[in-house]
Amino acid sequence: MDSTFSTPADARATEIFDEAADAVPSFLDRLFDQGLLVRTGVDGLYGRSGAFESVVDALERLISRLGAADGAEVMRFPPGMSRPAFERSGYLKGFPNLAGTVHSFCGNEAEHAELLACVEARSDWTGHQQATDIVLTPAACYPLYPAAAARGRLPEGGGLFDLQSYCFRREPSLEPTRMQLFRMREYVRMGSPEQVLAFRESWLARGTEMIRSLDLPLAIDVANDPFFGRAGRMLANNQRQQNLKFELNVPVNSVEKPTACLSFNYHQDHFGTTWDLRQADGSVAHTACVGFGLERITLALLRHHGLDLAAWPDAVRATLWG
Amino acid sequence: MVTSQDIRQILASNEALAPIADQISDDESLFDRGLDSFGSVQLMLALEERFGIEFPDEFLSRKSFATIGAIRETVAAVIRPQAA
Repeated sequence: MDSTFSTPADARATEIFDEAADAVPSFLDRLFDQGLLVRTGVDGLYGRSGAFESVVDALERLISRLGAADGAEVMRFPPGMSRPAFERSGYLKGFPNLAGTVHSFCGNEAEHAELLACVEARSDWTGHQQATDIVLTPAACYPLYPAAAARGRLPEGGGLFDLQSYCFRREPSLEPTRMQLFRMREYVRMGSPEQVLAFRESWLARGTEMIRSLDLPLAIDVANDPFFGRAGRMLANNQRQQNLKFELNVPVNSVEKPTACLSFNYHQDHFGTTWDLRQADGSVAHTACVGFGLERITLALLRHHGLDLAAWPDAVRATLWG
Repeated sequence: MVTSQDIRQILASNEALAPIADQISDDESLFDRGLDSFGSVQLMLALEERFGIEFPDEFLSRKSFATIGAIRETVAAVIRPQAA
């Protein structure tokens, strides 16, 4: 789908990308050169500087302020989740290629010696590794559903949760916006279809206002998740036809392929059925979430306002740091 | 020639629809009767295997597999050019 960007930053965005076509050094190189990101030797796996983190922290506070009146319950999970819960979630049906599993050495002393010899010889040393009961969290809300379902029925009025987690997706790329380990902030609503759709609608408006207040060009588009394979094309088509997912896109790498910085998802009763998550009246709960890509929004700000945070427009600085 | 009964036999292998496959009319929504998104993918793959076809991308949608009647037309549309 074509995106039409609109904000006061429109004209400037075009200029930025006119001069950036095939730019050398690339945006990613400049982020490294400026020390905002730190190389690790793996595409999509980077360290972050204090300046970069100061933006992420400010975005977190801004998102908290936007949602404060709703009284969401805060939960924080580590970036790993239970493997049985992950398997039950259905993630492997749609995204087997993106999943990351945690393996660990499970051999004896002799096999330890073999392992060290393999490391020394620079040959494959992973033969005695076995899958543990932990997988890397693919989206901040995945550990929430089983935890919420374990409490029993939702209270009257449903549930609302505030989450943040590092997430893993195996998709190495030289686009700085496509990291393999990144942070996702989320609000998740559980309840009736009407309740969760109203939640999503309110965050479409709030999210748009938030990105406008950061003086970034944006477009809201219907979207689909990157489901795997040919069967995945059908899932993606279904998702689009039912308007289950919207993304708020900002041009970061290019105008033609803008970057999804926020997403607004209606899961229908998928997680409710999977986890037997029930409303107060006993009917299956529907769920929806809004996700904020914290690194992606930070990168969008760096792209449009420059790599020197002190030189960002006063209004943007005021929105972020007061 | 694809019949509604051929399709009901395939629906009988779907977890959600198996107990009611014989009771579903040709124009009743399979999604209303319990078919979910992933179930529709499994159904699509089962139809391909049963009829030895591959649905082109433009048929890979919810609409193509929404009812027994729609599935009959979808399968027939793919078989016809192959037979020609």
